[in-house]
Amino acid sequence: MVDSGDTAWILTSTALVLFMTLPGLALFYGGLVQAKNILSVLMQCIAIACLASVLWVVAGYSLAFSGGNALVGGLSKAFLAGVTRDGVVDGTGIPETLFIMFQMTFAIITPALIIGAYVERVKFSFVMLFSGLWLLVVYAPVTHWVWGGGWLANLGVLDFAGGIVVHITAGVSAAVVVWQLGARQGFPDQVRPPHAPWMVMVGAAMLWVGWFGFNAGSALAAGTDASMAMLVTHLSASAASLVWMCIDWVKFGKPSLVGLVTGTIAGLATITPASGFVGPAGGIGLGLAGGFLCYYAVDIVKSRFKLDDSLDVLAVHGVGGATGTLLAAVFASTALGGVGFADGMSMGSQFGVQVIGVVATIVWAAVASLLIVKVCQAVSGFRSSDEEIIEGLDFTSHGEKGYHF
Amino acid sequence: MKWIIAIIQPHRLDAVRDALNEIGIAGLTVTEVRGYGRQKGQTEIYRGAEYQISYLPKLKLELAVDSKGVAKVVDTICESAGTGKIGDGKVFVLDLKSAVRIRTGETGNDAL
Repeated sequence: MVDSGDTAWILTSTALVLFMTLPGLALFYGGLVQAKNILSVLMQCIAIACLASVLWVVAGYSLAFSGGNALVGGLSKAFLAGVTRDGVVDGTGIPETLFIMFQMTFAIITPALIIGAYVERVKFSFVMLFSGLWLLVVYAPVTHWVWGGGWLANLGVLDFAGGIVVHITAGVSAAVVVWQLGARQGFPDQVRPPHAPWMVMVGAAMLWVGWFGFNAGSALAAGTDASMAMLVTHLSASAASLVWMCIDWVKFGKPSLVGLVTGTIAGLATITPASGFVGPAGGIGLGLAGGFLCYYAVDIVKSRFKLDDSLDVLAVHGVGGATGTLLAAVFASTALGGVGFADGMSMGSQFGVQVIGVVATIVWAAVASLLIVKVCQAVSGFRSSDEEIIEGLDFTSHGEKGYHF
Repeated sequence: MKWIIAIIQPHRLDAVRDALNEIGIAGLTVTEVRGYGRQKGQTEIYRGAEYQISYLPKLKLELAVDSKGVAKVVDTICESAGTGKIGDGKVFVLDLKSAVRIRTGETGNDAL
């Protein structure tokens, strides 16, 4: 039975989550690259959005959300076979067409997050082929594990809005792509700074607002869960932003805008898996934890691992998502204002399940991404030539320039 | 006639123009340029990483003046553009062989 209130909220949430990618993430990433590469980033975001949308209907949705086995869904809903105008998702008050669309916006943003790793030096043909294969081979199965009745769901893993499904998969895969692709010229000492920090803030602000749809929409209903999810999401974003600002302030003498809004995204990624299970104290606690850990992860990835994960996808999304997934087992406790644990589950056993979920996802995302990269290298090419990189991908890949002065 | 080229801090432009107006200088060409001198650029910090900005934005002022007024113009530019900090810029003076006002065909000092 369709509930008009629930349906109205998820319709709204769906628009909010699409808005996170178009144009939120595009502007967030676009401002962080050099002026000669802005269009390439905007283009990658919107082209991935279009590609993921079509693939989601062709097979992605079916592989994630139709029957199948514990590891992957079946193909019974490929091309949305059997989906009717009147169909309602079991256990909810929303139409299946809306659920398909809502989940599609998650399938759009996740491969788009990976863009941050390989900007300024990758062939556009690689971006398209990699993103398409990745959606079907990594994203759809992991979604099935967690949300589609797969083996992690059966274990009782907590991932309300995609800490595992979205942020760990994207963060780990981003690192694997960079490992294979190599660094930008001049990394780490001679790379150019972000060309438009104001644009980074505008994009981050859009992501922040859009994230209300991402997390509160994941309740799939307009009620108490959605309301608390929105509250804790906002608190985590705010707390992590302040943490990041303060570390910059103490360390370098000035609180920086790019730093603060990076903290915002770290806080949002961290609360995501826990957003339906924790209370306000959990929201702030997760924001503080995510802010600190992600800040230092940025330095560790670039300085210690020597990985030019250019826009910090692993450090912000991967580490944030994993932190939130693990700490969800702590802050879900009723003593800390959470919803409590399932029957037969304690904080310890829940934490164990969360660890299994995180580790299994890291392994699958890493192995599968490496294989996909190898396939793409043979088919589409991978790295742009040095001349193309120096001239900028805007003109060499797309024949356009971002700015004419 | 002399051709004066001054490299100055962008935020001093209004002060320099006002000062030159006061001593009767009627024309000035401004170009946005980037470069470095002893200031050696600056460091910017994004996400905890330091970026060396080697070429800093400056303005290049160019003006033609009667030889008699050169010293006063140079002094005026130095006074109005100066902040006392490293990076204030430089003033160069070159000999200018000829000048023509396109509209009237006037030449030499009359064209200035």
